[in-house]
Amino acid sequence: MNTQKQIQRSEQETLLSVDSLDVKFKVADGTIHALRDVSLDIEKGETVGLAGESGSGKSTLALAIVQYLDSNGWVDDGAITFEGEDLLSASKGELRSIRGNRIAHVAQNPGRALNPSMTIGAQVRETIKLHQETQNKKETIERVHEVLDQVNLPDPESIGDRYPHELSGGQQQRALLAISLSCNPDLLILDEPTTGLDVTTQAKFLDLVEDLKSEYDAGILLITHNLGVISEIADRVNILYAGEMLEKGPVDDVFTEPANPYTQALLATTPEIAANKEVKPIPGRIPELDEIPDGCIFADRCEFASEECRSGEIGMDTVDNKRNHESRCLHWQDVLDNPIEVSEKTVSQRSAGKPILTIDNLSKYYDEGGFVKNLISDHNPVKAVDGVSLDIHESEAVGLVGESGCGKSTLGRTLLKLHEVTNGRIAYDGTDIDAMSKQELNEFRSECQIIFQDPEASLNPNRTVREILERPLKLFTDRSADERRTRAEELLTQVNLGNDIIDKKPHELSGGQQQRIAIARAFAAAPSLIVLDEPVSSLDVSVQASILNLLEDLCEEYGTSYLLISHDLSVIETLCDRVAVMYLGKIIETGSTEQIFEPPYHPYTRALLSSIPTLDPHDTKSRIRLEGDVPNARSPPSGCSFHTRCPQKIGDVCETDDPELEDTGGSHCISCHLSDDEMNDPLDTGTDQS
Amino acid sequence: MATNNSTQNESSRFEVPPIVWKLLNNRRIVIGMSLLAPIVLVAILGETIAPYDPTATHVADRYAGPGGKFILGTDHLGRDLLSRIILGGRTSLLLGFGATALALTLGVPIGLTAGYAKGRVDEVLMRIMDIIMSVPTLLLGLLILVVLPSNIINVVMAIGVVYAPRIARVTRSATLSVSEEEYVMAAKARGESRPYILFREILPNVTGPIVVEGSVRVGYAIMIGTSLSFLGLGTGPPNPDWGFMISTAREHIYQTPWFLIWPSIALLLTVMATNLIGDGLRDVLDPRETGDLS
Repeated sequence: MNTQKQIQRSEQETLLSVDSLDVKFKVADGTIHALRDVSLDIEKGETVGLAGESGSGKSTLALAIVQYLDSNGWVDDGAITFEGEDLLSASKGELRSIRGNRIAHVAQNPGRALNPSMTIGAQVRETIKLHQETQNKKETIERVHEVLDQVNLPDPESIGDRYPHELSGGQQQRALLAISLSCNPDLLILDEPTTGLDVTTQAKFLDLVEDLKSEYDAGILLITHNLGVISEIADRVNILYAGEMLEKGPVDDVFTEPANPYTQALLATTPEIAANKEVKPIPGRIPELDEIPDGCIFADRCEFASEECRSGEIGMDTVDNKRNHESRCLHWQDVLDNPIEVSEKTVSQRSAGKPILTIDNLSKYYDEGGFVKNLISDHNPVKAVDGVSLDIHESEAVGLVGESGCGKSTLGRTLLKLHEVTNGRIAYDGTDIDAMSKQELNEFRSECQIIFQDPEASLNPNRTVREILERPLKLFTDRSADERRTRAEELLTQVNLGNDIIDKKPHELSGGQQQRIAIARAFAAAPSLIVLDEPVSSLDVSVQASILNLLEDLCEEYGTSYLLISHDLSVIETLCDRVAVMYLGKIIETGSTEQIFEPPYHPYTRALLSSIPTLDPHDTKSRIRLEGDVPNARSPPSGCSFHTRCPQKIGDVCETDDPELEDTGGSHCISCHLSDDEMNDPLDTGTDQS
Repeated sequence: MATNNSTQNESSRFEVPPIVWKLLNNRRIVIGMSLLAPIVLVAILGETIAPYDPTATHVADRYAGPGGKFILGTDHLGRDLLSRIILGGRTSLLLGFGATALALTLGVPIGLTAGYAKGRVDEVLMRIMDIIMSVPTLLLGLLILVVLPSNIINVVMAIGVVYAPRIARVTRSATLSVSEEEYVMAAKARGESRPYILFREILPNVTGPIVVEGSVRVGYAIMIGTSLSFLGLGTGPPNPDWGFMISTAREHIYQTPWFLIWPSIALLLTVMATNLIGDGLRDVLDPRETGDLS
C-alpha cells in the first residue's frame, strides 16, 4: 500500500520545500547555530515525520517555516518555498494570509494553545472569519459545526458553546485540530500532537489524522519524539539531531534498515512492548550548540566513527536513489551491514521475600465537603482511589499502570503517608502507618522513598548536589560529616555521575543527570521501598534506557522493592516483576508481568496493549479503540466502572454488578464478567481495516 | 554513560565566595549601592559633617535660596536645609529600614505558614491579615501611637505592624505554588520537620517577590512615618525628618521651592536605590537566572 502511494507521489508537485536552511539565535553569550543545512520536502497528500530528541531543533524548524521565530532568532541562509512562493521574502501581509489559512500549525499543548476565555466555537469562527471574508454568518457557523464534526467531537453544536476547560485533553487536541482544518489548509504542521495524551487517546487521534488526510488531501508535517507515532502514520521520515538532518527516507526503509548510526541507536534504545528486547542506551549526550565540532555532529557518540568523521563537512549521501533515502554518514554502508544485534532481555530472577507493605481495601477521596455542604446537597467526593488491595514483597518491582486520572499517583503518595487515608489500612512491616510512634515513623520515612516524574521540580533549585545528597544521610544516619561526604561521592559513582558535579546546582545539569541525582538521593539511606512516579516519562528515549538500566542495577544491588507508577506499559515491562492495572481508582487486573502481557486479558488491558504504536511499519494489527473518555471520578459508573467504554460488554450485568478480582490461575487476577474463554482471545484478532 | 560532563572549572574553589561576584556583576545592585551608600554614610556621620545645628534658627536668612552662606538654602524659620537633610536622614532611614525589617520578620513566617498549611490555618491567618489591611494604614498607625508613647521606636513598631499583612500576602501567594513543588513533597517524604520545610526548602525559593515587596515598602514606610509626624504623632519637631520637612514645605512653596525640592530628592534617591537593590537581589538570588544562557 505504501509503495503505491509513493508512485502516486512522484507525479505530484512539491508542496513545501526547505532547502539547506540555517537558523541562528542570538543569546547572552554569543550565537547558537540551531539548524544547519536542513532540507525537507513535503508533497501534497503525504505525511512527513520529523523525529528527534529534545533540543534537536524540531520545533525551531516548524516555527521557521511559518516565519514565527522568536525575536532573537533569524534564518541565516537557505530557502523555504511553499507552492512556488518564497516564504522568506514574503511580506507581513502575505504571511498573515498564509498562516492559519494555507499553513496551519497545531501547537503542542492544547490546554495552553486554546484561549480559556473563548468558547470552542468562537475560536474556530475566528480563524474562518479572518481568512474567508466572503462567508456570511450562517455559512460560517455551519462550517464550524462541520469541522467540529469532522474531528469526531460528539454533538458539535453543544461543544461549540463550551469553554476549553470543559473538554478533556483529547477533546481539546481535536478542537485545536478543528481550528487548523477550518480553512482547508494545504499544509498541516502537527508539533508533538499526542505528547500529553494517554495511549488510548493518542491512538484515536492518529486514526483521525489518517482519516482526515485523505479527505483534505493536505500535506502533513508530523513533529514528534515518539518513533512509534511516526511509524504508525507517516510515509517518510526525517531524523534530526542537534540541528542537522542525519537521515531521511521512506519510513519502511529507515525503520527496518537504518543507514545512519544515530537512527540505528535510536531505534535500539526505544523500548517496545512484548518484543522481549533489551534496550540499549546511547552513550554521551546531545552536544551544546554554541560550539559545533568539525565533521560529523554525532561522531562523539558513534560506534562507527573514524578519524575522517571528525573533520571537514559531511554532506548527505544517497543510499537509495529511487526511494529518496539519504544519510549524512561516511560509513552508512557499514551501518547497513552491521545492524545492532537486539539481545534477548535477560529476565533477572529476583526472589521476592515476605510482604513489606500491605495495602488493604484502601480508599482515598478528595473534596469530601463539609458537614453543611453534604447537608444542603448531594455532594459526591472525588474517589481517586477506591478500595485497592495490594501487597509489595521484599526486593520485588511492582508496576502500576493506568491512564492519567486513574488514581495511580494518589495511591503511590498515600502509601508513603503524604496524603491522609480516607478508608482502609496500610501496613509497613506489620505496623499500621497511621498508628506509628514517632520513632517508628522516622524509621518508615528512612525506609520508604519516592522519585518523581519531573527531576527538575523534585530538586530544590537553591541546593548544591552535595547538600541534596547529604541531607537524607544527616537525617537518617549518624554518620560524621566526613563519612557523609564520602558516601555522597560513592552515591554519585553508583548512579554513573562524576564527582565533578558535586558542587553544581540542579539547573546546571541535564534532565538525565538531574534524575540520577534524584535517584541517588532516594538510595542514600539504603531504603527498602521506593515509589517511582513516572520516573522516565519526561526524559528522552536515549536517556530513558540508561535510567531504566540504572534502576534495574540498583534494585539488585540494594535489594530494594519498587512500586513503579507509569502510563507506559513498555517501561513497566522492562523493569517490573508484577503489574497491577488501574482504572478509575480500582485495580482491575493484577499478575506477573508475563501474565499481563499474555491472555487472558481484561478488556481494558487489551485496549491499552493494542493502542501502543509499534516501531514496525509493516505492522497491520487491528487496533482496539475505546469509545469516549474516562468517566468523572466524582460519579463513577455503576457496576463495572469500565462498562461505558468496554468493547466486550456483555449486557446489563456489567451495568449493575461490580465484578470481583478473581484468580484465573497462578495468582493472575482479573475483575471482569467475561468468561475465561472470551478473555483468552489473542490480541490481534481480525485483520487490518484501513 | 554520562561521561562528558567535563565542562567543570576547577578554579572556583579558592576565590571569594561566588555570591560576591554575582552581586558585583549586577548593574542594578552596583548603581543602587552607589546611591545608597553615601546617603547612609552621611546620615551616620550626622553632626560631624553638618555645617550648622539643624535646629538653630537664623531669622534674618529665612527662605534663602541655594548658594551663599547656606549651601542648599534655609526654610521658613531660617534653619539650614543641608544640615536638616543630613540629620533628617537618620530618622527617615531608621524609619524606612527598621519598619520594613519588622514587617518582614512578622509577615514572612505568617505568609509561609498560611501558604504551606492551607485550609483552616490559612483561612484564619489571612482573614486576620485582611482585617488589619482593611483599616487605612494611617488610621491604624495613629491608633497604635495613641496607645503607646510616640517615640521613634514605637513609630517603627507601628509601621512594621501595619505593613506586615502585605508582606504576609505576598509571601503566602508565592508559597502556595512553591509548596506544591515536588522537592517539597520529597522533603515531606523524608520526614523533615515543618520549620525545616518552611525556612530551608520553601523560603529560599520565594525570596524574589518578598525582596521586591520589601524594597518598595521602605519608601512607603518613610512616607507614612512622615504623615504620622505631620499629625503630631511621629518623632515630632524640632527634630528633622525628610517626610516632615516635605509636608511643612508644602505650605511655603511660594516663598521657596527649594525647601520642598531638597528633601524630596533625598527621599527619591533613597527609594530608587532600595528598589534597584531589591530588583538586583531578586535576580541574583534566583539560581536559574544567573546561570549562563546556554
